[in-house]
Amino acid sequence: MTRRMNHPAWFLMPYVLLFVVFIIVPVAIAFGLSFTYFNTVETPEWVGLRNYIELLTRDEVFMQHVLPNTIKFAFIVGPVGYFMSFLLAWMLAQIPHLPRTVFAIILYSPSMTAGIAMAVVWTVLFSGDHAGYLNAMLLNWGFISEPIQFLISPDHLMNIMIVVALWASMGVGFLAMLAGILNIDQSLYEAAYIDGMRNRWQEIFYITIPSMKPQMLFGAVMAVVGTFQVGMIGVQLSGANPTPQYAGQLLVNHIEDFGFIRYLMGYASAVSVVLLIIIYSISKVTFNLLGEKE
Amino acid sequence: MAKFTGMKINPKRFHRSQLKFFAVLLPMAAFVALPILFIFNHAFKPLNELFAYPPRFFVRQPTLRNFRDLVELAAQSGVPFSRYLFNSLVVTSIGVTLAILFTSLAAYGLSKLKFRGKKFLFEINTLALMFVPIAVMIPRYITIARLGLIDSYLGLALPLIAIPVGLFLVKQFIDQTPDELIESAKIDGASEMQIFLRIIVPITAPAIATVGILAFQLIWNDVIGPNLYIDDESMKTLPFFFQTVAQGAIPGQQHHNPVAGQGVLAAASLIMFVPNIIMFIWLQNKVMNTMAHSGIK
Repeated sequence: MTRRMNHPAWFLMPYVLLFVVFIIVPVAIAFGLSFTYFNTVETPEWVGLRNYIELLTRDEVFMQHVLPNTIKFAFIVGPVGYFMSFLLAWMLAQIPHLPRTVFAIILYSPSMTAGIAMAVVWTVLFSGDHAGYLNAMLLNWGFISEPIQFLISPDHLMNIMIVVALWASMGVGFLAMLAGILNIDQSLYEAAYIDGMRNRWQEIFYITIPSMKPQMLFGAVMAVVGTFQVGMIGVQLSGANPTPQYAGQLLVNHIEDFGFIRYLMGYASAVSVVLLIIIYSISKVTFNLLGEKE
Repeated sequence: MAKFTGMKINPKRFHRSQLKFFAVLLPMAAFVALPILFIFNHAFKPLNELFAYPPRFFVRQPTLRNFRDLVELAAQSGVPFSRYLFNSLVVTSIGVTLAILFTSLAAYGLSKLKFRGKKFLFEINTLALMFVPIAVMIPRYITIARLGLIDSYLGLALPLIAIPVGLFLVKQFIDQTPDELIESAKIDGASEMQIFLRIIVPITAPAIATVGILAFQLIWNDVIGPNLYIDDESMKTLPFFFQTVAQGAIPGQQHHNPVAGQGVLAAASLIMFVPNIIMFIWLQNKVMNTMAHSGIK
């Protein structure tokens, strides 16, 4: 049977079909629905740009909490996670195979934990009563006299979300960068030192990064995506959507809140479109930034 | 010539100069590993150790009680634990098998075949690397409902099969295979499909294994699917059940003490996590091999 299968369609059809149905079409529908009022029961009603106008002018929660939170979260977790991934990969490449493998597995392992499954660890570690590990420790050492409500306090929730997201930020991009560094030709470094290279910084900027630029770009895209992928984290930690005083509310939670709790799917779709545009623009900017360092 | 003191990639043995790296890596690894070690310990703690104050990190008298309680909770929710497990296994096997098959087929097409729109397709896929599924959970729900896939295993598996990162990685990997190999097979009369099955698949095994791992993680851990696309309790998967346990939403569970609940939840986390880590450790050589070709040019 396989003897006559030469046409590209044999190879591409299955993937392209699923790709179109579950990725392209949903993006198109989100775009279309964002111009409608849709409560999931009645047929969508065309409202033009009303959802977007409301989002930008009337939605106080969006403007005062969701957008600033998302920007803060993304601009800390993305770059710091990316920088950490590179730095750790760079160090790992310079130690022998066995310890490197063990460390790499440990550092990658948080990416394999499901958000909901790991939420239990954090809720126990940061639990608001004296039995929470962090509270018990702080009380024990005399730093605080009253247990702190870490997970439901608006002051702490965001910081904890950032720590947890960074904890899990060594993902596929990290592995790619590690492989990228390991593949650099050792003789490049030796030649550079003969040519007068003097220190580690020169090494990193003139040889290491340029030699693994493709992996650096791949890692950057994965960092952006990973940052937005963990959007549910605040709800998982605090156990409520909306999060306490919207302290940990990110765009993804806003979508869920309007789409599946209030059933305003047209409005939620408009938020989805805004989110997709933000992710795309950030990736694009990152790309140009890194791409220029030739 | 002075002794070379610069970067030494992939050193064969330990040297004193590596100490500074270990000095950073060890505490980092410890920080990262701590929550995971915690889960391992917590899951096996008996009730009195869960309640202990001050809390203790390590388990002293390990017990399987938490796992038994988890199974019991499932029974209370009306669906036996084995049913959730079965559903998860079915969905994950369908998903991973199809993901591996479809992705590697498409990657070969994109890498070595000639057809119109090939470049465009690859670019769209690269663009879709930035796709975040939760951003479009609403339209996805509508699509799945329209296709009549609500309450079916396919409704859980199909949306997660086309993984743009997977296609990207396998395609980059196949790009490394010399065209001469393929040409000579064609001269011997092999069809494209035969070339794919007999030459490409064996060579691409590391990349295919990597897609397998990615798909497994995605599908095994997926909590959105059973939440949105499945109404029938008996069709839901493990992550959904664990989520309801975490939210204390099972009838009768309220009487359980929240601290005792922690042990059960830790056991649940362990069940989710262990298959992932075992697969990754088993296949990590292949993953690293694939990642070497992962660059975006």
